[in-house]
Amino acid sequence: MIMGGGELPGLLVNEIGGIHGILHGHVVFLKKHFCLITMKEFLENKKHMSKKVQAIYLWWHKPVIDQELLQSLPNLKVIANSGVRMDHLDLKLVASFGVKMANAPRAVSSSTADTGMALLLASARRLVEGYHIAISSRMEYCEADFLGVEVTGATLGIIGMGRIGYKIALRAKAFEMNILYHNRTRRKEQEEQAVGAAYCEKMDGLLQQADFVMVVVSLTPQTHKLIGKRELELMKPTATLINISRGAVIDQEALVTALQSGVIRAAALDVTYPEPLPRDHALLKLKNVVITPHLGIKTHKATYMITEEAVENILAALNDLPIPSEVLPS
Amino acid sequence: MFRSKGFGLLKLIPLMSGQPNLAYKFIHPAIASHGHRCHRRSVDYRQRYKTCPGSAGGRTLSAPQTKNWLVLSEELLLVKCRPVLTWRPLLGHVQQQTGAETEMQVKARIKQYYWCQDCKHLIDAVGIMAEEELPGVLILDVGGTHGVLEDLAALLKKHFRLITMKEFLENKKEMSKKIQSVFVFECRPTIDRELLESLPNLKVIGNSGVGVDHLDLKMISNFGVKVTNTPHAVADPTADIGVALMLASARRLVEGCQITVSPDTKYFAVDWLGVEVTRATLGIIGMGSIGYKVAQRARAFNMRILYHNRNRRRKEEEEAVCAHYCEKMEDLLQQSDFVMLVVNLTPETHKLIGKKELGLMKPTATLINISRGAVIDQDALVEALQNKVIRAAALDVTYPEPLPRDHPLLKLNNIIITPHIGTATVQAIRMMAEEAIANMLAVLNGQPIPSEVFPK
Repeated sequence: MIMGGGELPGLLVNEIGGIHGILHGHVVFLKKHFCLITMKEFLENKKHMSKKVQAIYLWWHKPVIDQELLQSLPNLKVIANSGVRMDHLDLKLVASFGVKMANAPRAVSSSTADTGMALLLASARRLVEGYHIAISSRMEYCEADFLGVEVTGATLGIIGMGRIGYKIALRAKAFEMNILYHNRTRRKEQEEQAVGAAYCEKMDGLLQQADFVMVVVSLTPQTHKLIGKRELELMKPTATLINISRGAVIDQEALVTALQSGVIRAAALDVTYPEPLPRDHALLKLKNVVITPHLGIKTHKATYMITEEAVENILAALNDLPIPSEVLPS
Repeated sequence: MFRSKGFGLLKLIPLMSGQPNLAYKFIHPAIASHGHRCHRRSVDYRQRYKTCPGSAGGRTLSAPQTKNWLVLSEELLLVKCRPVLTWRPLLGHVQQQTGAETEMQVKARIKQYYWCQDCKHLIDAVGIMAEEELPGVLILDVGGTHGVLEDLAALLKKHFRLITMKEFLENKKEMSKKIQSVFVFECRPTIDRELLESLPNLKVIGNSGVGVDHLDLKMISNFGVKVTNTPHAVADPTADIGVALMLASARRLVEGCQITVSPDTKYFAVDWLGVEVTRATLGIIGMGSIGYKVAQRARAFNMRILYHNRNRRRKEEEEAVCAHYCEKMEDLLQQSDFVMLVVNLTPETHKLIGKKELGLMKPTATLINISRGAVIDQDALVEALQNKVIRAAALDVTYPEPLPRDHPLLKLNNIIITPHIGTATVQAIRMMAEEAIANMLAVLNGQPIPSEVFPK
């Protein structure tokens, strides 16, 4: 329950503002429900602060949750993650301290699907290259043979048809794309029909037929380097690979080779391993790659909705109510 | 049965030794759909033909052992069917039989298995027209910066005799009479009075693309020349580029790319944000076929769609994309998070978006232009972007194209400019050429013209 004396429960965050901090625009809203404690304040005054902290709000994977931190927070009840992916958390360890965990799936799916479509279109139509030609001080004209590939009517293969993958299918359908998908489990028939998606039990079949391959899976031991040399060679030489899940899902070295030798036409990556890539990485030098700085959910609206969803989860946990987006260790 | 029409006007092309024939396998589209009495030979339509040994693609086929009489090629073979008396090309490839086959046998076979593409009647007569007799089409050039792409030139050669501006200017006397059509690709060649006066047999100008603001329609009409465009081929890729620009601008994609490759980047800042597209309001100014396709795509992003058009669309069309009509453009400008321009350039739409209109837009709004550069007052736009009157702009078109290298628009960081790539896809370029060719042939053959453009 909320602490007596009208005092708001303590919420531990990494920092406010700065490189990885809570957004300034969210502070007012958070302060309505919590007493905000930054890691700096906590470490400076552990004795006093440790008992106050009942919840932690992870913003872009920080603060790092380890045994030491968990041990020093006796009243911690819940950790709320900004975003969906929990691969940076040791779920078992956290659960062993009796602490609940929650993510924010509702807020992220549309924005991430939009990012996927933005990358698909930008790569297909060579938008970034075109921009550089248009503003270049050297070039006078855009060559008539500067051509991209058609999106309307093309075949899109979605690997990972969860919430985000499905939203991508909904958007792609409006471009009259022919949609194939591969997933651990098959979707219901009505769901497939609503987007005109055909299930590919074997990922190979999808890779061979698709003009655009979009990877939308969680990062797990099974999906680590899911797309490697073999998978890239199965793809059409005219195909484009788009990754909006996690960098480690693709074997980056194999991708560099494939792009250099024309095994596939192009790639568009919102995620890499690591982020950012070392400044001399081969991927940064290729012409047929578009890399964005983990745009994912980086809009004013989506980030605010994530915080709202996290607060909802935290308050439910603190009031012993069912948590809307609880994540259990598998 | 068959009747042989006189071939007096047509020349037979002798097959010279060493010149391979153009035999290749074929599937005629009419056969594929028509269950006529003819027994089809099994065909493999994926085998491509070669015109000379050693050229890329397909196998080399050796010259037939028959007497030298005929080179079969789709661009040279003409047919006539009973109801229609004019000669027109047999559209398709014809397989040369291995072993000896006489001219009569080949022609008989063609009459038996194929029929007129247009009216589906049996072919009456088969003739060969020398390449020189095909109608001449004037183009700027093949290849190079502004020339017609090689693939498109090959398409044109199937139906026309290709004449470049250079060839024309070097031999005006002879060439001028042959030119019955002009293929305008990326606004070239320029059609001026002098050119029109020097082409007495010009019947049609086939434009590749839908915008014809670079053509003086009245002047051309005064010469009795028709103008055609390609509305069908452009609609999908142009709608796609509109949505691509909207997403790229909203999510700051181009800026983001620069961050990922910059040597100074050490981390990705978490407070670096764009604006949401899903559930935002899109205002479409100009709801023709391209505007409507933009609406269809935007609907899938759960966008709220407003539109302004000279004429209101039918209720069912509005409902299908959940679009709300704004009789006053001002209402649309005030409510939209994204404003997309999809109009023709006419005297009425020239500088349609100026200082006043930009001032009506939200400060968080984005302007996207996929119509023509002159629809926007560019000076007013520079000012609006500099003073953050609107958030950002994304332009596939400017005035002129390209902009002078010192133009202020090129220096702003809240703008994306692309070099008029609205239809720049491998597939679209080809489809535009095919649509232009179909239009030009329709004019030359006196048939209904799919996409004629009339002066106002």
